[in-house]
Amino acid sequence: MTNPASVLVVGASVGGLAVAESLRRDGYAGALTLLGAERHPPYDRPPLSKKVLAGEWEPDRTRLRADAALAKLEMTTILGDPAVHLDVLGRAVTTASGRRLTAEAIVLATGLEPRRLPGQAPWPGVHVLRTLDDAVALRAELLAASQVVVVGDGVLGTEAAATARAMGLAVTLVGPQATLLASQLGPQIGGHLAALHTRLGVQLRLGAAVEALVGDDERVRGVRLAGGEVLPADVVVVAIGSRPATDWLFDSGLRLGDGVVCDSRCRAAEGIYAVGDVARWHHEVLGTALRLENRSNAVEQGAAVAANILGKDRPYTPVPFFWTDQYDVKIQVHGFAGADAQVAVVDGSPEAGQFAALYGSAGKVTGVLGWNMVKQTRALRQHVVEGTDWSLVKSLRAS
Amino acid sequence: MRVIVDLEKCCGAGQCVLLAPKVFDQRDDGIVILLDEHPPEAVREAACVCPGAAIKLEDLA
Ligand SMILES: Cc1cc2nc3c(=O)[nH]c(=O)nc-3n(C[C@H](O)[C@H](O)[C@H](O)COP(=O)(O)OP(=O)(O)OC[C@H]3O[C@@H](n4cnc5c(N)ncnc54)[C@H](O)[C@@H]3O)c2cc1C
Ligand code: SF4
Repeated sequence: MTNPASVLVVGASVGGLAVAESLRRDGYAGALTLLGAERHPPYDRPPLSKKVLAGEWEPDRTRLRADAALAKLEMTTILGDPAVHLDVLGRAVTTASGRRLTAEAIVLATGLEPRRLPGQAPWPGVHVLRTLDDAVALRAELLAASQVVVVGDGVLGTEAAATARAMGLAVTLVGPQATLLASQLGPQIGGHLAALHTRLGVQLRLGAAVEALVGDDERVRGVRLAGGEVLPADVVVVAIGSRPATDWLFDSGLRLGDGVVCDSRCRAAEGIYAVGDVARWHHEVLGTALRLENRSNAVEQGAAVAANILGKDRPYTPVPFFWTDQYDVKIQVHGFAGADAQVAVVDGSPEAGQFAALYGSAGKVTGVLGWNMVKQTRALRQHVVEGTDWSLVKSLRAS
Repeated sequence: MRVIVDLEKCCGAGQCVLLAPKVFDQRDDGIVILLDEHPPEAVREAACVCPGAAIKLEDLA
């Protein structure tokens, strides 16, 4: 297979940039175009809910690459012009401003869009947190607020709550699950996280359904729960998850099903690939379709997509990794945790605020979680790679 | 090639150590330790996957 003469990447964030950089690193010398909806050059999202929201970083620090490094990629970068249509057979993308861009290979890297509450119109005081502009706007309002309600008990909601609390605000977190991050980390570890938030003064309203936002002409004033109780708020952060940004692909003929559906090579159609949060691909080792929403996946998948564009025909089979920082706790997960998995603490102890735990299902180790235990967690990752027999986990405790 | 790490940006993921254990290590709190400022092996991949965008490479002429 010969290399394509031109590659167009739609979505100018970490996944799209990873494809561009990997292509050049692998020796691709053809034309390269990066198209992005936002006006910012590629920046990093994880700091948005942490350092940027807390005011520890100026927004500009989130930039992924300096101008000089971007220039070295010798690509055409078009920012602030979202793609609105994809012609799969013609390999062409039309943009909002009317550009028509063609390329022999097209990479879809459009990430996610935050879900909103039913009827959530733009309303002063109500925020989602996905972009740099979102983070800057939310920070400005937090500085003037005293009471915040965070709707959402996942990673983003808990991080936003932690940051707002550390800024000294009164914070209430509302979520439908029995505990924080229950579906991601299971009830046991989720319970430790809930205890941490409670200890540091966040009011948790778990197992609660939000019925509506309440307020007046001027701004939002609170959140009404099913049952009628109103939680007062100057600022409401809606962090109830996201959905793949695929609306613009509805008439493309591509298969969409909670993301752009791809084969094991991250290919959605001949010459069309997807990467990052928007991509649902077939993980050959696990034998299942998967879509991951984390930073490392976007980068690693970017490298895999670049290799496949260049004819390597390589399946993408990562060991997932994600982390979250809340207060002074750093949680890291390699592999799969999950709500129904078995959990065994193998190093340290939750009481001491430092531990590593293995997750297992179907008799094998599937994941490792570290709670302020970085090095040990990295070492334990090998059990995830090897799928160590769960019966051996007890003997790991001492070692 | 010269490697520069930004300790403030490092989020302690350790992806760099997994990829290039001769060049990177981590402190107990996870922050990266640069073992070799002028590594013979290419560490471009580590620089790219670093979730903190904390690793910078300078090509020496
Ligand atoms: C606040 C926050 C905190 C996070 N914290 C962590 C963390 O601690 N650890 C972790 O592992 N992960 C974290 N993540 C997740 C991580 O940031 C994402 O997994 C990663 O950004 C995915 O990269 P991506 O390139 O696939 O998508 P995105 O980063 O979402 O980029 C997609 C880009 O495509 C653009 N786009 C969308 N539609 C179009 C269109 N039609 N045309 C052109 N461009 C378009 C968007 O504007 C956007 O710039 C966090 C995310 C957020 C929002
Ligand atoms: S990969 Fe980057 S963020 Fe992670 S430990 Fe290494 S330098 Fe730090």
